[in-house]
Amino acid sequence: MSDLAIRNVGMTSAMDATTTNSQRVAAGLKGRYAAERRFKAYGVLAIAFALACLMLLMWTIVSHGYTAFVQTMVRLEITLYPQDIDPDGKRDRDVLSTADYRTPIRQAVADLFPDVQGRSDQRQLDALVSPGAVFLIRDMVMADPSIVGKRVSITIPVSDDLDQLNKGYINPNVAEADRKVSDKQIAWFQRLKDRGLIETNFNTILFTMGDSREPELAGLWGATVGSFFTLAVTIALAFPIAVMTATYLEEFAPKNRWTQLIEVNINNLAAVPSIVFGLLGLAVFLGFFGLPRSAPLVGGMVLALITLPTVIIASRAAFKSVPPSIREAALGLGASRLQTVTDHVLPLAMPGILTGAIIGMAHALGETAPLLMIGMVAFIVDIPGGLTDPATVLPVQVYLWSDSPERAFVERTSAAIMVLLVFLFAMNAVAVLLRRRFERRW
Amino acid sequence: MTTTTQIPATASALKHKRMEQFEPSVVARKVSVFYGEKQALFDVDLDIGRHEVTALIGPSGCGKSTFLRCLNRMNDTIPICRVTGKISLYGKDIHDPDIDVVHLRARVGMVFQKPNPFPKSIYENVAYGPRIHGLAASKAEMDEIVLTSLDKAGLLGEVKDRLTEPGTGLSGGQQQRLCIARAIAVGPEVILMDEPCSALDPIATAKIEELIDELRENFTIVIVTHSMQQAARVSQRTAFFHLGVLVETGETEDIFTTPKDKRTQDYITGRFG
Ligand SMILES: Nc1ncnc2c1ncn2[C@@H]1O[C@H](COP(=O)(O)OP(=O)(O)O)[C@@H](O)[C@H]1O
Ligand SMILES: [Mg+2]
Repeated sequence: MSDLAIRNVGMTSAMDATTTNSQRVAAGLKGRYAAERRFKAYGVLAIAFALACLMLLMWTIVSHGYTAFVQTMVRLEITLYPQDIDPDGKRDRDVLSTADYRTPIRQAVADLFPDVQGRSDQRQLDALVSPGAVFLIRDMVMADPSIVGKRVSITIPVSDDLDQLNKGYINPNVAEADRKVSDKQIAWFQRLKDRGLIETNFNTILFTMGDSREPELAGLWGATVGSFFTLAVTIALAFPIAVMTATYLEEFAPKNRWTQLIEVNINNLAAVPSIVFGLLGLAVFLGFFGLPRSAPLVGGMVLALITLPTVIIASRAAFKSVPPSIREAALGLGASRLQTVTDHVLPLAMPGILTGAIIGMAHALGETAPLLMIGMVAFIVDIPGGLTDPATVLPVQVYLWSDSPERAFVERTSAAIMVLLVFLFAMNAVAVLLRRRFERRW
Repeated sequence: MTTTTQIPATASALKHKRMEQFEPSVVARKVSVFYGEKQALFDVDLDIGRHEVTALIGPSGCGKSTFLRCLNRMNDTIPICRVTGKISLYGKDIHDPDIDVVHLRARVGMVFQKPNPFPKSIYENVAYGPRIHGLAASKAEMDEIVLTSLDKAGLLGEVKDRLTEPGTGLSGGQQQRLCIARAIAVGPEVILMDEPCSALDPIATAKIEELIDELRENFTIVIVTHSMQQAARVSQRTAFFHLGVLVETGETEDIFTTPKDKRTQDYITGRFG
């Protein structure tokens, strides 16, 4: 009993101490919560700032670029006189492809403005339609030679300056000398508009054609195909090499000084500026091996070198995240090390590896500097048909257009950025989806 | 309070008739294990009886798992680990150059502390071992192996309608029995179990203990356990390890009733551990 009493005394004194302690805790509480609230506020501020910057960036790009998705066109009634185009009447493809399509267009425009006389005025009149319109007519004739000798009604792009005028980028109220379109051209354009011959259509050219000196004829398709070929080479090289490297280093290699050295160097390579890889490609692939310039093959090889370290590091992290108990289970059953890896570890690591690979590819898709080094910055009109054809890629196309003086290329640059971003977002979305899909498998 | 008779489960061990004739299937002689510079096991001599349950007991960190992993050479997978001494399985040294480690592990199966089913279907979990060793010539044979293994592991009734469902979706106890079925499917001679019940609730534990008792008919079993009651309930022979040394070994009832060594006595009466 006395034992109990002593314990009770002890309890009370402990309780006393607790009360004062509890008061101390209560006194400090306010400050602790305030600190927490402050910390949260900083976090929210940081996120808000980042989001604001992102919104501003997107807003700038979209507001500059959305007009590039439409193109001002004029409807013309063109008579394709056989004597102009195909004097022999043999419909020979060589003759058709080199024929003079300028005269019929000029004639069609002149027919709309019979009152315009004088050389200078006529030249200004000719400049209303895109100089590239001749290629559109030629392609039409080549596709269907039977239209020679007929009167066809087609829409062709107006010149880039008129297009900009129509989109409101050229102010008709400034002095005539300070703008690219003359008073007369503005008046003629107004007459065309009044007659209902001006249309504003979706800019299919932007998505179907290669590059051009004329903004209204410049398209992204060539660069898109170039990017596709380049990335195909990159993934075909980088993915298997990275997976093999990561598998070997994580699952088979002894952990010694050599493997440590390799590991350090892989991490170092991931930090090397990409332009250095471009110079390496120039020296080795072009200079030593004599591979073609401006080719997606070489671009892809250089980009593979750049993305390799990233994909290797991501893959190794994926291997590390596979629980060791799975390896033990397989080894304990008598699976060989290779069987353990291929049957169990690799499938479990795959979502992580794929995510890393896609993020590496997205990185490669946006890479510009090293490709300049190996000549993928050339002006290329044709759509590349293979890995060794001269090509350019989307980010380089952005760079090229942003460097062009024409006003119409400004909006196209932003449009090209938007297309590039759509591809990047799509790739990241695929990465997220893949990860979800594979991880859901229990 | 300190009398050994307090452990009631020895009764179950007593039920089993004493082996008239002790017939070892695994013989370990002067087995020492080093992790780098550090020695974890010191000259262990132990005989493991055929179709018996041998329990390895001792305080944590004394080298029970290390010894167990020597028996199927799982220690080979740890680069810094070095094993010396001689271990023979039915008279054949398992470190002999002509013994393939893959083959050895097919003969000496293992069940781990934490249930570790593959993230695949229940069927695939059991079928994996037979498949890599080429034990089934046809789908029908494989089905047969899978079903009998699940049956022997006492799991068939619970899972026969959902063989295609993930093994990881089972309860902890079921997962552990799935791991036992997976080990049995390869047709091993010896099954090693490293604290197979430490992650399980008492009911699941009871089921596994019952299962171990049944498996003894066909398999030699070595079980590491930190529960002396469990050792008393399931094993015929017990080996007590302390600080990397095999202190005492003998028939389970003798170890628990008349331990010879002071350290064994202290351990089983709960003075340390
Ligand atoms: N992979 C390892 N690397 C280094 N030391 C280890 C390793 N595994 C076990 N050990 C050491 O070996 C000793 C015995 O461990 P273990 O066999 O796991 O003990 P038990 O299973 O009896 O608890 C311990 O001191 C432990 O620290
Ligand atoms: Mg252990």
